[in-house]
Amino acid sequence: MPKLTIDGIELEVAPGTSVLQACEQLGIEVPRFCYHEKLSVPANCRMCLVEMEKAPKPIASCAMPCGEGMVIKTDTETVHKARKGVMEFLLINHPLDCPICDQGGECDLQDQAVGYGFDRGRYGEEKRAVKDKNLGPLIKTIMTRCIHCTRCIRFSDEIAGVSVMGATGRGEHMEIGTYVEAAVSSEMSGNLVDVCPVGALTSKPYAFTARPWELRKTESVDVLDAVGSNIRIDTRGGEVLRILPRLNEAVNEEWISDKTRYAHDGLKRQRLDRPYIRENGKLRAASWEEALALAATKLKGSAPEKIAAIAGDLADAESLLALKDLLGGMGVASLESRQDGSAIDATSRAGYIFNSTIAGIEQADHVFLIGTNPRWEGALVNARIRKRYLQGGLTVTVLGPRVDLTFPIEHLGNDATLLNAIADGSHPYAETLKAAKKPLLILGSGALARPDGAAVWAAARAVAEACGLVREDWNGFNVLHRAASRVGALDLGFLPAKGGRDLAGILDGARKGEVEVVYLLGADEIEAQHFGRAFVIYQGHHGDRGAHRADLILPGAAYTEKNATYVNTEGRAQHTRQATFPVGEAREDWKIIRALSGALGKPLPYDTLQQLRKRLADANPAFAQIDRVTPAAWGAFGTAGAVAAAPFTLPVENFYMTDAISRASATMAECTEAFVSPAVAERTGTHG
Amino acid sequence: MLRDEDRIYTNLYGFEDFRLDAARKRGDWDGTKDILARGRDTIIEQMKESGMRGRGGAGFSTGLKWSFMPKKVDGPVYLVINADEGEPGTCKDREILRHDPHKLIEGCLIAGFAIGATACYIYIRGEFYHEASNVQVAIDEAYASGLIGKNACGSGYDYDVYLHKGAGAYICGEETALIESIEGKKGQPRNKPPFPANAGLYSRPTTVNNVESIAGVPTILRRGPAWFAGLGRPKNAGTKLFCISGHVNKPCNVEEEMGIPLKELIERHAGGVRGGWDNLLAIIPGGSSVPVMPKSVCDTVLMDFDSLREVGSGLGTAAVIVMDKSTDIVKAIARLSKFYMHESCGQCTPCREGTGWLARVMDRMVRGQARLDEIDMLYDVTKQIEGRTICALGDAAAWPVQGLIRHFRPEMEARIAAYRQSIAAE
Amino acid sequence: MSASETPAGPATFEFTADNLALAQRIIAKYPEGRQASAVMPLLDLAQRQHDNWLPRAAMDYVAGMLGMAPIRVYEVASFYTMYNLKPVGKHFVQVCTTTPCWLRGSDEVLAACKRKLGIGPGETTADGQFTVVEVECAGACVNAPVISLDDVYYEDLDGPSTEALLDTLIRGEKPKPGPQNGRINSAPIGGPTTLIEMAQRNGVKPASQE
Repeated sequence: MPKLTIDGIELEVAPGTSVLQACEQLGIEVPRFCYHEKLSVPANCRMCLVEMEKAPKPIASCAMPCGEGMVIKTDTETVHKARKGVMEFLLINHPLDCPICDQGGECDLQDQAVGYGFDRGRYGEEKRAVKDKNLGPLIKTIMTRCIHCTRCIRFSDEIAGVSVMGATGRGEHMEIGTYVEAAVSSEMSGNLVDVCPVGALTSKPYAFTARPWELRKTESVDVLDAVGSNIRIDTRGGEVLRILPRLNEAVNEEWISDKTRYAHDGLKRQRLDRPYIRENGKLRAASWEEALALAATKLKGSAPEKIAAIAGDLADAESLLALKDLLGGMGVASLESRQDGSAIDATSRAGYIFNSTIAGIEQADHVFLIGTNPRWEGALVNARIRKRYLQGGLTVTVLGPRVDLTFPIEHLGNDATLLNAIADGSHPYAETLKAAKKPLLILGSGALARPDGAAVWAAARAVAEACGLVREDWNGFNVLHRAASRVGALDLGFLPAKGGRDLAGILDGARKGEVEVVYLLGADEIEAQHFGRAFVIYQGHHGDRGAHRADLILPGAAYTEKNATYVNTEGRAQHTRQATFPVGEAREDWKIIRALSGALGKPLPYDTLQQLRKRLADANPAFAQIDRVTPAAWGAFGTAGAVAAAPFTLPVENFYMTDAISRASATMAECTEAFVSPAVAERTGTHG
Repeated sequence: MLRDEDRIYTNLYGFEDFRLDAARKRGDWDGTKDILARGRDTIIEQMKESGMRGRGGAGFSTGLKWSFMPKKVDGPVYLVINADEGEPGTCKDREILRHDPHKLIEGCLIAGFAIGATACYIYIRGEFYHEASNVQVAIDEAYASGLIGKNACGSGYDYDVYLHKGAGAYICGEETALIESIEGKKGQPRNKPPFPANAGLYSRPTTVNNVESIAGVPTILRRGPAWFAGLGRPKNAGTKLFCISGHVNKPCNVEEEMGIPLKELIERHAGGVRGGWDNLLAIIPGGSSVPVMPKSVCDTVLMDFDSLREVGSGLGTAAVIVMDKSTDIVKAIARLSKFYMHESCGQCTPCREGTGWLARVMDRMVRGQARLDEIDMLYDVTKQIEGRTICALGDAAAWPVQGLIRHFRPEMEARIAAYRQSIAAE
Repeated sequence: MSASETPAGPATFEFTADNLALAQRIIAKYPEGRQASAVMPLLDLAQRQHDNWLPRAAMDYVAGMLGMAPIRVYEVASFYTMYNLKPVGKHFVQVCTTTPCWLRGSDEVLAACKRKLGIGPGETTADGQFTVVEVECAGACVNAPVISLDDVYYEDLDGPSTEALLDTLIRGEKPKPGPQNGRINSAPIGGPTTLIEMAQRNGVKPASQE
C-alpha cells in the first residue's frame, strides 16, 4: 500500500493505483482526453500532466503508478502551463465548428478549453483537413475534429474485440479509421460515440437532432434483451431522442449494445395508439369502454379452461402479476410466459437464473457455453467474458454452433448428447471442468426450447454438479435468457397452473377450438395461424405479429413509457422509469388489467403502483430487492433423461431485430442490411 | 592526437575485408571465451570501470545500464542492438556495420552474456541494405565457427543473434519504439515505467544498446578497463567516432579521443572549415537534436559530454555539422524542423501538433515572412513541446529552434525587416 | 490516409515458392506466438516481389499469414516510409535533402534529376522508369549529398555526377556504388589522417602531412 502526498495531502492507495486515480480519490480533478478507465492507458494526449518531485519534467499522471513517498503537485504554474500548452496544440488543427457539431455541449474538448484554453489562437498556419470515413449506419465521422486520443481504437480492440480501427500514417498525418472502407461490424459499436471525447465520432441516427441542454434525462433499464442494461433515456417533448448507457459495474459497466442504444426509433413506428376491435375481418377504432366491455364479455363468456394467456418477452412484472391475479382469480390455469416453448420452469430459482452474476464472470477461469451465441443473446455478457479473457487465464469451451465470440474458444462440436457424456464423466472434457478453479457454464435459452429441453436442462445441472460448478462459495450454473420478461415471469409463476395448458397445449387447443379466448400480453413471437379461431385479445404497444392476429387490441405502454419492474437474467429486479407518456390513448399495462378487472366486476386489490409493488414483493421476495441479486438455493430441476442427438441451433438469427420495437426500427433495418444480410448471403451463397 | 594503436575501429574506412578471417587478423574474437570466463559480475564491473558511456546519444554508463537487468530470471532475456542510425549528421554505426561487423557480434555475445540474455536482435535501419547484408554474412560466419549459437565460443553459453531490419522511421532509434517495431508494430515509444530492463521486448527483461557502445566492448575488455578509462577526460573516457559533415574541406568519420578540442578535430582530420576557421558561422556538435553553437563557442569547446553540456549544447552522437558563413542558418534549422515534423510518430499531442507548427513558422522565417513577435511565439511553442512528451523527439525538435533563436535572433529579425521592406517597395 | 487514396492493385497476392520459403525462415527468427514480429520483413519481401510497391492484397496476405488483423498491417505499412503504397518507377531515386546533405548541395542533386529526367520530387517519368523522392537523413552524412537508389548508396554527389549516374542507369548499366568523387568510403578525400599503417598495408596513401 504505497503512501504518497498529493497537493500536500497524504494518502495511501492500493498497489497499482495510478497517480490520476489517486488524485480522483482526493476529489482533485485532472483533465484528460485519452485516458478512459475501462481502456488501456496510452498516455498520449498529455493533458493530465502533473509535477512529481525529483522528476525533471512533468509526468503523465494516468500512466504513472503511485510509489511510496511520491510527492505530487497538481496545481502549480508548470502544470497549468503544460496543460494550456497541450490544449493549444489540440486546438490548432481542430475546427471551430462547435455551433454545428453534435458534440457541442457535452464535449470534453469544449469543456476543458474553458479551463485551459486561450482567449485567442496564435496559430496562423493552414489547418489540417481530414477526409471523413464511412463507418456504417450508426457512426457518423467528421475526422477533422479528431484529436487522436485513440480511445476508439482501444475500445474496438479491447472491449468490442473487433480489430478494425487503427491509426494509419504518422506524425501530423496520422489518421484514425479503418483504412479500407468498412463499417464497424460489432454489436457494441455505438459505444465508440460515447468514448470519443470530441465530435469526430457522433451518432448518425441522432445527427442534428438536439442539444444536450434541451433534453430531459430519465434513468431507466433496457428490456431488449435479458441483461437489463442500465440506460439513460433522453427525451424532448414526448419523444425519445436517444438512449445512452448508465454506469452499473454489476451489469453493463458503461456500455450498451447497439440494439439497446439505437432501436428506439422503433418506438415511433407502428404504435398502437387506441383500442381496436375487429369487425368483419377489419380492425376499427374503439373507445376504452367499448374495448374493455368486449374483453369482459369474452372472458365471462368462456369457461376458465377455455381461456389462456400468453405473456410476451417485453412484459413487465407488474402487468404479469396483475394478469395472473385476474385470470387466476377466475380459475384460468393456462398461463404461459415461454413463447419460445422453453422447458424451463420455476421449480428452483437457481435453475433459471445466471447464478454467477455477470460481474462474477470476472472471477471465472473457465467458461463452458452450451448452445448459445452470447454475442447476440446478451451482448454485455459476452463483453464481460471478453473482459475476463483479456485479464488472462481464462479458457472458453463451446458446445453448439461455432460463432466468432471475439475471444478464442475450444470447440467441442455440436453433439448435444455430449452433455450426458460430460455429466457421467465419460467425456474427457469433464476433467477440464473439474480442474478449473472457478468453472462456469452458460446454458443458452435456445437449448431449453428444444423438444428435449427438460433433459438438456437436467443434463446441464448434472454437469454442474458432477464437475464442481456448484459449491458453497461459487455457483457456476447460469442460464442466459433473451427475454426481459422471462425471469420475472418465472419468479411470479406465470406458468400453467395445475391442469393448465402450456404453450403447445394452448396452441393445440386453439387450433381444435378447445381454447376460445387467448389473452396475449405483448406476445409477438407466435405466428397468427396457430391461434385457430380463438378470440385473441392483444395487449401491447406495437402493431406487430400479435396485433395483426388480434380481434381486440388494448394499447399498452413501451418500456420507456412506464414505471415497471423487470428481472434480468441474473435475477436482478430493476425499475424502468417513465420517460415519455404512452402514445395516444395507450395506457400503462398494469392499469389496463386493473381497469379490465373492474369491467369484469372483480376489481384487483391495488389501485396504485405502490400497492401493486407491495403485492409483488409478497409474491416473491426477489421483488423487494431492487437492483440486487440474492443468491438462490441450489435445488433439483429439469427432467433426467437422454439428450437427443440433434445439434443445438441458435435462437437469434438477426441480432438487430428480435422484438416488436427493434423490428419497427428503421435504424435496426439498416444495420440488418449492413451487417446481417451480407453474412447470410455469404453463408448461403446467394450474394452476387 | 589519439595514437593509431589506441584505436578500436581499425577498419573504419574499409581498407580491409569485413569477413571473419580479416577480422580475426585485426584481433577480433581473440580470447572471447576467457573474457566470458570472467563471469557476468566482473564483466559488468569492468565496463563500469572503463567509464564507457553509451554512444547512442544519451551518454548513460553502459556498465551501469547492464547492472539494472534482473539477476535471476526464468525465460527469455534480450539484448537489442540499436543500429537504426538516422540522427542527421550521424553515420558512424554504418561504418562498423559494413566494415567491422565482427566487432559488433563479438560485443553482442559478451554484452548478452553479461546481462543474462538468451538472444540478441540487431535492429538495422532498412535503408542500410548493404550494411545489413554484411552483418548477416558475419552472423552466419560466427554461427558456422561456433562463436555464437549453442555453446558460444566453447563457453557453455547458448546465444542466438538475429538481424531485424527497419523500414524507414527515425523514431525507431528510440529504444522503446525500436522494441515496438521488432514486435511488429508501429514505432511508437512506450511510456516508462515499465523500463525495458523490467519489461522490454515481448515484455521480457531487455537492454537496448547502441552499435558503437557494444562494438567497443571486446576491445575494452581485452585491453582492460584502465586503458579505456585512461583516454579522454574524467567521466568522459575513451575514444569516440566523430562524423564531420557540412562545410569542411574533407568531410569524414574519424575515431578520436574524447575531449579533443572541436577546432583541432576539424582542422586535423576534416581539412578545416571551408574558407578557413574564420569563415565558420556555427556548428551543430552532436547530431541534429542538439542546439547549434556559434563560432565563438566553437573556438574553444572540447568534444565530450560534459564540456558540450556546459555550453548549452550536447555531444549527442558526436556528429559535427559544420556551417560556414555562406550558410542560410535559418534555412538549415528550418530543414531540421521539417525533419522532425516528418519523423514525429504522432502519438503525443505536443509533438504531433507542435512539430508541424514549428516547421511551418520556420518556413516563413526563412523568407522573413513573419512578425517580429512571432520569434518569441516560436520560442514559446518550442517550450510547450519540450519535456511534455513520452519520448525525447519532442525535445529534439525544440532544441535546434531554441538554439537558433538564442544565437541568431538578429539574423531572423533582419530577415523579417528585409521582407517588410520588399513588400513596401512593391 | 486510406486505401481509397491508393490504386486498387491486384485482387490477390501470393508469395512465390522461393519467397514463401524465405518468409518461413524469417518467421522462424521470432519466438513462438510472436510471429507478428515478421510483419516488416514480410512486407518488404512482398514489396520486392511486387514491383516495389504494396497493394492491399499483399498487406492482407501478410496479415493472414501472420494471424494479424489487417488494420494492424495497414498501420505498419503506412507508418514506415520505405513501404510504397502506390506504384513507383523501376528506379526509385531517393534524394536525401536533410540539413547535412543540403549543406553540401542536395539542391544541385535534385536540380540534376529534374534536368535529366524532367521530374521533381514525388513524380514518376512517363515511361515509368524513374521515380524521384526526397527522403530524410540517409545516415551517410560525411559522404553528402547522397542518393539511395535500388538498395545502393551513391555518395559525394554534385550536379554533374548525378547526371552521369542517371545516364548510366538510362543506358541500362549499373553505376559504381559509393562515393562518386574518388574517395574511399568515409575516409577524408586525399587519404586518411589516421590508421596510417593500416592504410599503407592495404596500398592506400595517407593524407599528405604538411
